[in-house]
Formats: sequence, C-alpha cells, structure tokens
Amino acid sequence: MLLAMLGPVAAGLWGALLPAMGHLPAAGFIGPSLEAWSPLGAWPGLGDSIRLSLVTGLLATLISLAIVTLIVAGWWGTRPYNWIERALSPLLSVPHAAAALGLAFLIAPSGWLARLASPGITGWDRPPDWLIPGDPWGLSLTAGLVAKEVPFLLLMTLAALGQVRARAMLISAQAMGYGRIAAWLKVVFPAVYAQIRLPVFVVLAYSMSVVDMALILGPSTPATLSVQIVRWMSDPDLSMRLVASAAALLQLALVLVALAAWRGGEIALRRWGIAWATGGGRGAMLDPLRPLGLGLGGLSALAVLGGIAAMALWSVAAGWRFPDALPEALTARSWMRHADGLGAAVGDTALVALVAVALAVALTVGCLEAEFRRGRPIGRAGIWLLYLPLIVPQTAFLPGLQTLLLRLGADRGALPVIAAHLVFVLPYVFLSLGDPWRAWDTRQATVGAALGASPGRVFLRVRLPMLLRPILVAAAVGAAVSVGQYLPTLLIGGGRVATLTTEAVALASGGDRRAIGVYALAQTGAALLPFALATLLPLALWRNRRGLHG
Amino acid sequence: MAEGLTIQAVEIRKGDHPLIALDRNVPPGTVLTVMGPSGVGKSTLLSYLIGTLDPAFTARGRVILNGRDVTDLPTARRGMGILFQDDLLFPHLSVGGNLAFGLAGGDRAARRERIAAALDEVGLAGFEDRDPATLSGGQRARVSLMRMLLADPYALLLDEAFSRLDAARRESTRAMVFDTARARSLPVVMVTHDADDAAAAAGPVIRLGDPAR
Repeated sequence: MLLAMLGPVAAGLWGALLPAMGHLPAAGFIGPSLEAWSPLGAWPGLGDSIRLSLVTGLLATLISLAIVTLIVAGWWGTRPYNWIERALSPLLSVPHAAAALGLAFLIAPSGWLARLASPGITGWDRPPDWLIPGDPWGLSLTAGLVAKEVPFLLLMTLAALGQVRARAMLISAQAMGYGRIAAWLKVVFPAVYAQIRLPVFVVLAYSMSVVDMALILGPSTPATLSVQIVRWMSDPDLSMRLVASAAALLQLALVLVALAAWRGGEIALRRWGIAWATGGGRGAMLDPLRPLGLGLGGLSALAVLGGIAAMALWSVAAGWRFPDALPEALTARSWMRHADGLGAAVGDTALVALVAVALAVALTVGCLEAEFRRGRPIGRAGIWLLYLPLIVPQTAFLPGLQTLLLRLGADRGALPVIAAHLVFVLPYVFLSLGDPWRAWDTRQATVGAALGASPGRVFLRVRLPMLLRPILVAAAVGAAVSVGQYLPTLLIGGGRVATLTTEAVALASGGDRRAIGVYALAQTGAALLPFALATLLPLALWRNRRGLHG
Repeated sequence: MAEGLTIQAVEIRKGDHPLIALDRNVPPGTVLTVMGPSGVGKSTLLSYLIGTLDPAFTARGRVILNGRDVTDLPTARRGMGILFQDDLLFPHLSVGGNLAFGLAGGDRAARRERIAAALDEVGLAGFEDRDPATLSGGQRARVSLMRMLLADPYALLLDEAFSRLDAARRESTRAMVFDTARARSLPVVMVTHDADDAAAAAGPVIRLGDPAR
C-alpha cells in the first residue's frame, strides 16, 4: 500500500532531480550542469509567477479556513447548519475543473451574472472589456479555490468535531457569559484545528500548485508557476524539460516555504490566542459576524451550483445573445454533436476510475483488516505518510515521473495513468473509510468467532456487509477524486488517455461555451453518479434491515 | 482432569501493573460470578478466556475446558459462547439468518428444522424472516441466547449480559440462561456489578479489586 502511494512520489521527485541538474541523456544532456537553472532564472515571468503561486495559495487557504471557522462557530448545531451539511457531499464531488469553468461562466464580463444584471442595472449592451477571469492578481483563481476548498475543510472539521467534546465545551463557555463565536474560538477551535492541520496543509499545497483551475481562472502572462511547468513539459523542444524539472523543484521548495511560514503563523497566533482566551473578555461583539459566515458560505456554495446551472443552460442553449438573461430556445443539438467524443471520454474516465477505485478499496480494506487483526492502529507517522502524496505538489513530482516512465518505455496505455490516479485516490479512500471501519463494534467479531466462524468468515459474512455503506461512500469519494484528476491524466497519459476532465479543460481555452457546458456537465455527472449509487444501493439491498439505516 | 472450566494460575498484567490473579475450577452447571467496580478488569478476564485479549495486556496461566487445553486456540475453536450486554445480533441478517450463522453442519431441511425448533423454544415461533431491528429488547436477548446455544458451546461467558434489560425481562432472561446452562451442564463465568445477578446465580462469587486480595 505504501509502495503504491509513495513509490511514484519518490520516483517522481528523483526523476525531476536528475534533469534539474542538467542530466537527461535521452535528449543529449549529460550533467551535472546549470543547463536547467539558467533559462529558468532568465525567464522574465519568474518573479510574477512565484508571487502568484504564493499569494493565491495563502489567500485561498486563509479565506477558506476563515469561512469554515465562521460557519461552524456561528451555526454549528442549528437548523441552517443542517442544510449546509446536506449540501456538502454534492458540493465536494463537483470536480475542480467543472467548478472553475462554472465560475468563469458566471463572472466573465459576458457571463450569466452580467447578463442577469444587463442592461437593467449595468446599462451594458455589450460585455465590457475586463480581464475576468484571468485577472493579473489571481483573484478569480482565489475565488474558485475558496469555493472548492470550503466544502473540503468543512467536511474535515465535521470529522474532527466527532473527536472533541465540542458541545459540552461550547455550552460551559457560553454559561460563563461568552458569546457564541468567542466561545467557539476560545475553547473549541484549538482542539479542532489540531485535528484539521494536515487537511489545511493539503489545501495550501494544492492551492499553490493547482493546474486545471489556474488554466481556467488564472492569469496567462505570466501564468502561475505550475501552469508554466506544464507548458514547458509539453514543449516539443526537449531541453525545456530540464527547465520544467528545475521549476518543479522550485515549486516544491515554494510549497515547503509556505508551509513553514504557515506553521510560523500558527505558533505566533497560538501565543496571542492563549493571551486572548485567558484575558477574560466575553467577546459578545463577535456575534454580529454570524450572518457573515452564513452569507460567505452560501455564496461559495452558490458560486459552484450557479456555475453548474449556467453550464447546463449553455449546453442546451440554441441562441443566446449578450444581454438576454436566458437563451432564446433550448435544443439538444450540442449534446448530439458531441455524443461521439463524449462517449469515448466517458469510456476512458470510467475505465481509469473503476480500476483505480477497485484497487484503492481492496488495498484499504486489506490494510484496515490487517491493522484490526494485529490490534495496533495506525500511528501519527502513518497518518503523515497518508497525507504526503496530497501535500507534495503534483507539479513537483509528476513531470519527473513522466520523464522516468518515458525512459523506461512504460508510458503506454491506461495502466500508468491508473497507477498515477491511485496515488491520489488511495489516501482519500483510506481517510474516508478509516473512521467508520474502526468505529465498528469489534464485539461483533468476538460473537462471530465464538459462534465458530473463522476470521475470514467473520470478515466476509459480518464485517463487509455491515460496512457496505461506508465502503461504497469511500469508493464514491475515490471515484470523484479520479474523475477530477487533470494533471496525472495529461502528463502520464501523454494525451493518449482523454478523460472528461482533460477534454473539458482543453476546451476551456477555446470559446465554445456549448461544448464546454456539455463536457463540464458530463464531468460533474460522472463525479456525482457514484455518490448517488452509494446512497441508493444500501437502501435497496438492506430495505428490510432497519438496524443498518442510522 | 477436572470437568468443567478450569482457570489455572491465571495472571493478567498491564505492563508492570498486575490486574487479575485467579485459580479456579468452574464445575459443569455452576455459575462463577465475578464482581467488582468498573475498570477493575472484569471484562479483561472474559476477553482473556475467549481469546481476544488486547495486546496491551500480558497473561500467564492456562485455560482448560473439559480436560482440553484451549489457552492457545483461536476464539473460533475454543467452544465457548459469550453474551454481551448488547444482543449484537447481526443487523444485515434476518432472525433466522442469525441463528443459522451459529449452527454448524446439517442439510438444508435439518438446519431449517433446528432453527424453527430453537425459535419455538424461546416463544418466537415463526420469526425466521423478521428483521432483528423490529424485535423488542427481550426478544432480541432470547434470539441472541439461542444463536449462541446453536453453536453447541461447552461453556458460557456472560459479560454484564443482563444489565441493559429492564427489571421484569431481566429476571426471566436470567432464569432462562441459568436454567439452560444447568440443563446442558455448562460451566458459566458471569461478570456483573449487580448483586441480584450474583444472588440469582446461586454459585461461588469472587470480588476483584478488593484491598484484601
């Protein structure tokens, strides 16, 4: 299991190290030399792209964490909070690329928002010439990242709340006269943050190095460092691979610096926070912020859902002139025109996702069952190793991995792509299944064994059926992760594996909104379908078993 | 060799801290009651006897069941049945399915017959296809007991088995378990914190965690 996850990461970093030292015999470069670093240093966009990566990454993480904290601090345990919780799974499963495309459909000068407001409010007859999305400050990109990372951090916070006795702490602090938000920040947040630190690191590393969202929402001259790495990687001039490898290492260093800075911020804030928490102030003036939390959370959900609605509308729009709020007529023409390409992309997407998820679930279940039989749970080090492939930026090790595979001649077919997907699918499946698996009442196993059943029979006949629902949910999470993968498919597949995601992102640079709508919607559907199955299948299978419907 | 369940010079420790030391024979048809405040290691003793002791503990001594040393056997081959305070019926199987899980061997018709007879014995005739979640607490406790007995154990372990039942059901369920054990000549080890349980068992009582020990 560790090999499947960490092997490619280590191999990829190694594969980036050699070319970065100017060593790439396949292209006639024998190192060590500075062949890789001097063009990188000479690239005029370097400073801007580094700044963009740092600023969008840190800002998106900070804002997402702030929104999530405000939502749970202000609303946890209330009725609106239950609505938010219900919207979580579908929001989470929307692939990053689809969310980014949807946001672009909303906020572009000719997007749906401008259409809804024009010409009535804005007075526009034609879209203004604004650089949105793609603004040079990366604000559109940051907004897109926030919309996708808020549901993720919220889910992680929910899981963490199961581990701390939040309700009792919250009530006792409120009984001492603390305002709701202040009580949360002072007594619950520290315990929760300790649990979600690694997911926050994942968000930071991801936001700094994301490629598909940055291609769609980010600026282009210069682009973020990660986008530039991918451009160099796809340059026909092989010497550019040296530059890409050097930039990949730079990207890794950037993420490490940002993580260290974040850690430093944590320590400083902790010192200040302890003084604040023990200062005795009841913080009642913070509670007016409650609507803000709900509003921002709702806005980020609307940005995703509204974007999907806009894409759905475009995919069936006949004619749609600018200031009109709605298309003139609806037609299935776009769907029929793209049916062939769509079918092929669905096939590739499903093949890669099914195999990767099947492998991930099998490895995870095997690992968890072994852990149970040995009676020793995974330690802190194990958790870190699980998160490692999610924290090392994709752009840092995938280019090296591709170069390595190329040299080995193993860059053919779907298998390498599946292996690359597995690196990312596996940790999510493991994290998703781990808690419910361990929460299972092990006395059931004792009873089964006392009835004469072997460990294998207990596993197959008792544990697996009882845990069917969480297993299916973990598989759905894995499938959504696989469907959403852009960079591994693009780089490792070398263009020969075309999934819905790579097709949708490829279309993004063109202006065909109908085609984008069709592919992005299909991509969203492909990520959502497994969740629907994971909900409905146990309902159907266990329809006469009330004890399994919590 | 002594008949029944022999707990031979058993010592359970957690690290350097001794928890339990016991040397006893439980004759067939007798209930040995183990009492003591919570956290003293009563359930640990049962998990040792059934073979699921947490690796955090170390144990010495032997467990002999009707002359057979079962100390190193896996749970599935010890021939001991256990009842917990929760009935722990498998929620994905029907009532009949739960009983069938405990029943070894026999052809289809014979198995069905034995299950029907077992249900009849505890006043639940015709319940084969019911979802266990739709049964009352007392009914589930009876199914749980029958499931264990269908596996033909040579000894019974009771881990606070009656503490979740209300007073009326508790008495009748308890009587049913003890009567069955006596009728089948099974040695029983019962862990409880309830003096009524101990009195009803009418057997030897040992107290763990007493300063005198």
